[in-house]
Amino acid sequence: MTSVQSTSGPDLITPVPNSQSKPFSGLLNDVVAMTRRNLLRLFRTPQVIVFATIQPVIFVLLFNFVFGGSVQFAPGIEYIDFLIPGILVQTSLFAAGNTAIGLTDDLQKGAIDRFRSLPMHHSAVLIGRTNADALRAALTMTIVCVVGFVIGFRTSHFSGLVLGVLLAIFLSYAFNWVFAAFALYVKDPEAAQAGAFLPVFPLVFAASTFAPVDNMPGWLQPFADNQPVTVTVDAVRALTQGTPAGADVLASMGYSAAIMAIAIPIATRKFKRS
Amino acid sequence: MVAVQTYGLKKHYGDTKALDGLDLEVQRGSVFGLLGPNGAGKTTAVKVMTTLARPTAGTAIVDGINVSENPKAVRSRIGLTGQYAAVEERLTGQENLELVGRYFHYSKASQKARAAELLEMFDLVDAASRPAKTYSGGMRRRLDIAMSLVARPSILFLDEPTTGLDPRSRIAMWDFIAKLGDEGTTVLLTTQYLEEADVLAEKIAVIDSGLKIAEGTSDQLKDQIGGDRVRVSIVKRENIAKAREAIASLTMGVVEQDPESPLTLSAPIRAGERVVPEMIRALDAAGVDVADVEVRRPTLDDVFLTLTGHQAEPQESVEEARL
Repeated sequence: MTSVQSTSGPDLITPVPNSQSKPFSGLLNDVVAMTRRNLLRLFRTPQVIVFATIQPVIFVLLFNFVFGGSVQFAPGIEYIDFLIPGILVQTSLFAAGNTAIGLTDDLQKGAIDRFRSLPMHHSAVLIGRTNADALRAALTMTIVCVVGFVIGFRTSHFSGLVLGVLLAIFLSYAFNWVFAAFALYVKDPEAAQAGAFLPVFPLVFAASTFAPVDNMPGWLQPFADNQPVTVTVDAVRALTQGTPAGADVLASMGYSAAIMAIAIPIATRKFKRS
Repeated sequence: MVAVQTYGLKKHYGDTKALDGLDLEVQRGSVFGLLGPNGAGKTTAVKVMTTLARPTAGTAIVDGINVSENPKAVRSRIGLTGQYAAVEERLTGQENLELVGRYFHYSKASQKARAAELLEMFDLVDAASRPAKTYSGGMRRRLDIAMSLVARPSILFLDEPTTGLDPRSRIAMWDFIAKLGDEGTTVLLTTQYLEEADVLAEKIAVIDSGLKIAEGTSDQLKDQIGGDRVRVSIVKRENIAKAREAIASLTMGVVEQDPESPLTLSAPIRAGERVVPEMIRALDAAGVDVADVEVRRPTLDDVFLTLTGHQAEPQESVEEARL
């Protein structure tokens, strides 16, 4: 190998000392690099940024002004105070769909093949993807809170709001993994886009997100009352209103942890095999 | 020294035998061409050699390392440019290259330095600060190849590096690949074009249905399939015997009369030999008026027709016409 080194021009075949001395032991380094790559891509895609910021704002405004005046809710709570926790959790699920879209896009355009041919930790590809999408959800949630404050959302428990947002991000992260696994199975961006939102809609709407579960038909209530979105919304609501939240917080974290315990191994295994 | 070696490499996807016992040997510092039609198993072979797919059976040794036993070590010695230009469209050329440097844990300064070298080498300096989505197809491919060279791999795999490029970009790309070969990088490229393998590769393996069906230099392959053919069209039919006699000694085999055109003779000639002027002189001396002389180089289709009895590309319209 050394005998054919060129004498002119940049040398192609000398191993870089840098790459040899660091034998890619740092999973953390790889995860940071992949997360940054995904965020960089995200912030260079204007339509994605617009979608991630404008769409939740529209939801806040529409739901508040369309339903806020005409629907009677539990006494003692303004609709906007009821709504913002719902929108936060809705955002976390809608954002998770992007994991499927982003990952299938990378699969189709050959980016994943490139990553797999690099001596990096392959799990960093999926972790970096789900991380970036969770950070994106965090950005969207911050915007939701700001818009909420502007149109009248009030909380006397600011730390509760922060905890609530963290809870919603945790749920979002869990669903990111579900959609990562889904993406690895469907592979096609269009199918991912269509398929990702199918489970999201019933989860978001058959829940306490926008309206109390008590007003729903009896057959729907057992599902609506106990599914992860409802417990998370209820937890965020209780945290922001200062009412007892412990059981719902634990239930929400339990759901997120359980979802990850199933989705992460499935996604990782599929990624390694395909 | 051997850079890549495979023995009895098999990759089955269900009932599909993408690779069915492939044996290859690529010498270090050479450009090796894997030639075959769509679906022959070229991409699968590259995927197995670059650790993207695990072989069903057989062995692949890349840079002295068994891909099944230590894929990670293989990955730090290879570069791969897949069929789709895997560039980040919204990032600039420079950013794309620096990003790869980051994947290899280079320092910021090393990322920049290596990016600058590669931009220079692939003639992308002027486009360095433009987003890759504004690049032409050829520029994207060049950037893609540059990205796979960031860590100075000892072996570069190029999967159909010119598919989808216009003829001018294709020829430009050949120059870049040839330059890599000249500088001592081992390159394994796959292609559907005999001409491309001919121009770039010192050694060519022809594969079909996951098996190697021929191997050699491009001249050896062409000789094996009968090499170039010359077609001579004359003006007067009564001169056909004279014409046949005049060119016979300059050809390599039987001079045939074209069944569809009684004024045309065709015969095999040695690959790359310049017999046309001599042939015209001989015909002129024999008093035969020549309408046209044409040398036809063998194509991948000819290679396939000769070696396998079927054409490289499935020709559905022909099949349908026969029904």
